[in-house]
Amino acid sequence: MNNVIVYCEITEEGHVAEVSQELLSKGRKLASDLGIKLEAIAIGNKLDNIEKDILPYGADVIHIADDKRLFPYTTLPHAAILLKLFEEIKPEIALFGATSIGRDLAPRVASAMRCGLTADCTSLEIGDHTEAKTNTTYKNLLYQIRPAFGGNIIATIINPDTRPQMATVREGVMKKEFWPAVAKPEVNKLDVAKYVNDEQFVVRIIERHIESQKINIKNAQVIVAGGYGVGSKENFDLLFDLADVLGAQVGASRAAVDAGYVEHERQIGQTGVTVRPKLYIACGISGAVQHRAGMDQASMIISVNTDPNAPINQIADYTILGQVHEVVPRMIKYYRQNSK
Amino acid sequence: MPFRIIVLAKQVPDTRNVGKDAMKADGTVNRAALPAIFNPEDLHALELALRIKDQINDAEIVVVSMGPGRAAEIIREAMYRGADRGVLVTDRKFAGSDTLATSYALSLAVKKLAPFNVLIAGRQAIDGDTAQVGPQTAEKLHIPQITYAEELVDVNSKQITIKRRLERGIEVVRSPLPVAITVHSSAPVCRPRNAILVMKFKHARTTTELQEETKDYTELRLYRPYLNIEEWSVEDIQAETEKLGLSGSPTKVKKIENVVLQRKESKAFTADDKDIDLLMQELMASHVIG
Repeated sequence: MNNVIVYCEITEEGHVAEVSQELLSKGRKLASDLGIKLEAIAIGNKLDNIEKDILPYGADVIHIADDKRLFPYTTLPHAAILLKLFEEIKPEIALFGATSIGRDLAPRVASAMRCGLTADCTSLEIGDHTEAKTNTTYKNLLYQIRPAFGGNIIATIINPDTRPQMATVREGVMKKEFWPAVAKPEVNKLDVAKYVNDEQFVVRIIERHIESQKINIKNAQVIVAGGYGVGSKENFDLLFDLADVLGAQVGASRAAVDAGYVEHERQIGQTGVTVRPKLYIACGISGAVQHRAGMDQASMIISVNTDPNAPINQIADYTILGQVHEVVPRMIKYYRQNSK
Repeated sequence: MPFRIIVLAKQVPDTRNVGKDAMKADGTVNRAALPAIFNPEDLHALELALRIKDQINDAEIVVVSMGPGRAAEIIREAMYRGADRGVLVTDRKFAGSDTLATSYALSLAVKKLAPFNVLIAGRQAIDGDTAQVGPQTAEKLHIPQITYAEELVDVNSKQITIKRRLERGIEVVRSPLPVAITVHSSAPVCRPRNAILVMKFKHARTTTELQEETKDYTELRLYRPYLNIEEWSVEDIQAETEKLGLSGSPTKVKKIENVVLQRKESKAFTADDKDIDLLMQELMASHVIG
């Protein structure tokens, strides 16, 4: 059997992106379950020490394509390198971050290879599948698990016949974990000229403004999150006030982001960030499965909602039946009066 | 030869109003049970097409939608807002297609409209959120792609310059034509219907729709050919059947689970000041906060 490969995204600072390290950790486990190797591919410019960002996560083989034209990322050259490399090593599984880059690149590669791709997986597992019609059993498939369609269901997707089995995963969904270092990982520096040609550089970057991450809710200990039920941008200010006094970060459901209450960087859930705080205060959030996928590992959940039957109340430790704009100011008041 | 802009648009179930009958037993979507709308980002895509048309002499916009017969509704909607022509790619054999099979069919429909200059689609559809069909269609057409477009910077007959919206910033890129572009929700919203265009296109129908009308507009079509929303089947786009539908889709739905929540023991409070104070007291005493 062939191997698991993770596409390692390179940040502005020239490091392997966190989401890729999380995927390396997951890829390592999948590879060990299957008794195969973990490979990594880094494509960029000045990647002299890039192995250091990959080794701690247990890669057996590291492929590096280093060329000044390969950073910043553009679609066609990166896709060409992956396609040729995949042709050579025929990976069993290929994982990408569900980022601006991964979501641009993975479908391009999947289309050229005519293989299946599942976006925004919230869980990846290994399992078997028996096709009822033909009574054929497929061993050790990648189960690509994601909430689907409106949020009341969880779908398990498989690709029985095509390889690699491809999936994208959002940042924060998988846990970054060190792996006892591989004794002697193989580093394979690709001869870039053999993998790309000049025609693949037709799309030129004229200008770039990339900011370092301003809002970081991923590692917050306490999160005050608002949903559509908060009702307005003004009411959302109350959540910022509460977050302020508690030393918390403000998060939001997709509905609140879509309504324009807050910026997209605060979105928690399947198509946003996954968080694991000590305390999660959900204000006016009904709790569709896509949202819960991003926060159900919080140690404690408080739900403020006017609907006693909101799904979020079922996973909450405390529920408050009421309006956000009445409850939140009272919480602030009590905290101010009673904290030292 | 006009400068041809093709817009891929999808009619989607309004996932904000999902009822209980939304899923069929085989794990595919029961679209009939849901209200159908113009996929929001595809409207942004139409606006980008209109802005290109504003800048180019002799440009035309062709809207292509793949879906059941009633998807003709969004083609008419696009016409009311400025599209010149519409094609509905429709066939039972498309049912159950995943993103790969869909992009195969769409790429064949686009090829039938060649030569074209720009292909535009919304970044993703709200019923799947995969953002895969745009790049996959571009790959099948062997043309470059610009994803997450936010703003048209410049366009001429040879090249286009687009500002892209990325996670933490923007990028301005230039590509030769033809190119495929997917449009981000932060791009300008689509202009509203134009009253004159509504008058012009209100009788635009597919042939199937025409047959269901009580009044016969067939003759009207003879001298107003733009009222024909073309219907293309698998044969019309010369697709290989085994590359379509469930057989052409490498991804299979193994299992669909309804989410049954493990109900936690939760403490219920009212919005009473006393109740909230009690809760806060408990949280502070246990050092969850403070």
